[in-house]
Amino acid sequence: MKMPTISPAFTQRIAVGLMWTLTGITFAVLVFILAFILVHGLPHVTWTFLTQAPRSMGREGGIFPMILGTFLVAGLAVLVAAPIGVATAVYLSEYTREGRLTAVIRFGADCLAGVPSIIFGLFGFVFFAITLGLGLSVLSGSLTLALMVLPTIIRTSEEAIRAVPSSYREVSLGLGGTRWQTVFYVVLRSALPGISTGIVLSLGRSISETAAVMLTAGSALRLPRSLFDSSRTLALHFYLLSREGISMPNAYATASVLIIAILALNLLAYALMRRFAIKVGR
Amino acid sequence: MQTATATIRAQGFTASFDGQPAVRGLDLELFPRERLAIIGPARSGKTTFLRSLNRLNDLLPGFTHSGKILRDGKDIYAAGVDVAELRRKVGMVYATPVPLPWSIYDNLAYGLRLAGIRERSRLDERMEAALGYAFLWNEVKDRLHEPANVLSGGQQQRLCIARVLMLEPEVLVLDEPCSGLDPISTAKIEDALVALKEKHSIVLVTNNTKQAARASDRTAFFLLGALIEVGPTAQLFTRPTQKQTNDYLMGQFG
Repeated sequence: MKMPTISPAFTQRIAVGLMWTLTGITFAVLVFILAFILVHGLPHVTWTFLTQAPRSMGREGGIFPMILGTFLVAGLAVLVAAPIGVATAVYLSEYTREGRLTAVIRFGADCLAGVPSIIFGLFGFVFFAITLGLGLSVLSGSLTLALMVLPTIIRTSEEAIRAVPSSYREVSLGLGGTRWQTVFYVVLRSALPGISTGIVLSLGRSISETAAVMLTAGSALRLPRSLFDSSRTLALHFYLLSREGISMPNAYATASVLIIAILALNLLAYALMRRFAIKVGR
Repeated sequence: MQTATATIRAQGFTASFDGQPAVRGLDLELFPRERLAIIGPARSGKTTFLRSLNRLNDLLPGFTHSGKILRDGKDIYAAGVDVAELRRKVGMVYATPVPLPWSIYDNLAYGLRLAGIRERSRLDERMEAALGYAFLWNEVKDRLHEPANVLSGGQQQRLCIARVLMLEPEVLVLDEPCSGLDPISTAKIEDALVALKEKHSIVLVTNNTKQAARASDRTAFFLLGALIEVGPTAQLFTRPTQKQTNDYLMGQFG
């Protein structure tokens, strides 16, 4: 009996064609979503929209307080979470041997990463806003977000630190470096691109988070004048504008600003990393 | 007589990992301005001994030791020894060159900067001397601020030697420094060792018995963690006193 055979060249063509198609679908979905939002939103993004306060619940006016609120809440969250996360990662990978303690900390971080953001919001509301008496404020919101992004920063930093060849550490210690000098000058310096990727990802996640900030930072439309003021972030403003049917054009415009901000942030991080990589000669 | 003058002296030194000895009951001296080669087959404890000299083994899990290693008459494993200072005095070059991912200049300056020496003039002065000893000055003097990893493998290894020399160590320990290098680079490094023994004591671990014969004053033969024989290189290679040494040199095993 004759075996039906397909030539390897043909299967190769099919495989490549299939992968191109699937990659194309992924890309098309991304482009479609972005284009849909930008087409509906960008015409409404004007200078006055960016610089003025909203009027009549956001039906008119701009989104300046939300832009400021977003950067305050997300920026402060990352400012709090980054040092804690990086320090934890350094401790886990450089200062302890693998054991029960590191396993427990790592397991805890992984569990934390899997918790839905609304649960973080509920915790932040009960703990920061009520128990600590911080109320619905920029501070409550950013501390809650800090807890939420902490696992991401820990794990990405840890991976970046582990990717630094152990021979670098031996060289540094062999030249008379202390453990801390070795960590600071060699390990962290080499792991910086990876660590900053994690931090930028966390910043993006903080900017786009909705549920957790609604319960902790509140949804006040006014300009936050201190860290104890309530503030509405862009993502939450978008949610409320569309959910309450207040103004779809302004909702799309807000979303456009949000998307462009995150895109710009990623590009900036990418440029910084490239510059750093060229500087160290890789 | 010679006891007093030995730069480094191992006395009944045993190093173990998880209770398994890698080096057993070692008695070995290193004298000022000599090149001591250590040869032996794989798993003979050469590298373990070398890494015990600057306490780099301390970093490995399960490492324990007994016996003593004396430097200038003092046990380097005694409590209160400044390990960073020890490592500056016993400089180590590894089997594969490991330039840190920085410029040539920063690689060379790193050791001194760690010790708190940052004046440009002192760094530059030592750099020229160290690169000169490593026969690298002419090849890199015009591009000190280029990344170190654009250098060839042989140049990188000489850079690593120069990086250690920046600290003006008493002892230079090299762990198979030429294992990945071409014959011309190897020759340059061996030439550098000749020049360096004017000021430093050198321990050279090598898998290449010909290199030991060319580039050392005394040779020690290790087998399965024990020192079998040590003597002037010419003598050990022509008239070894132990049968195992002879067998190894004749290529019977290893």
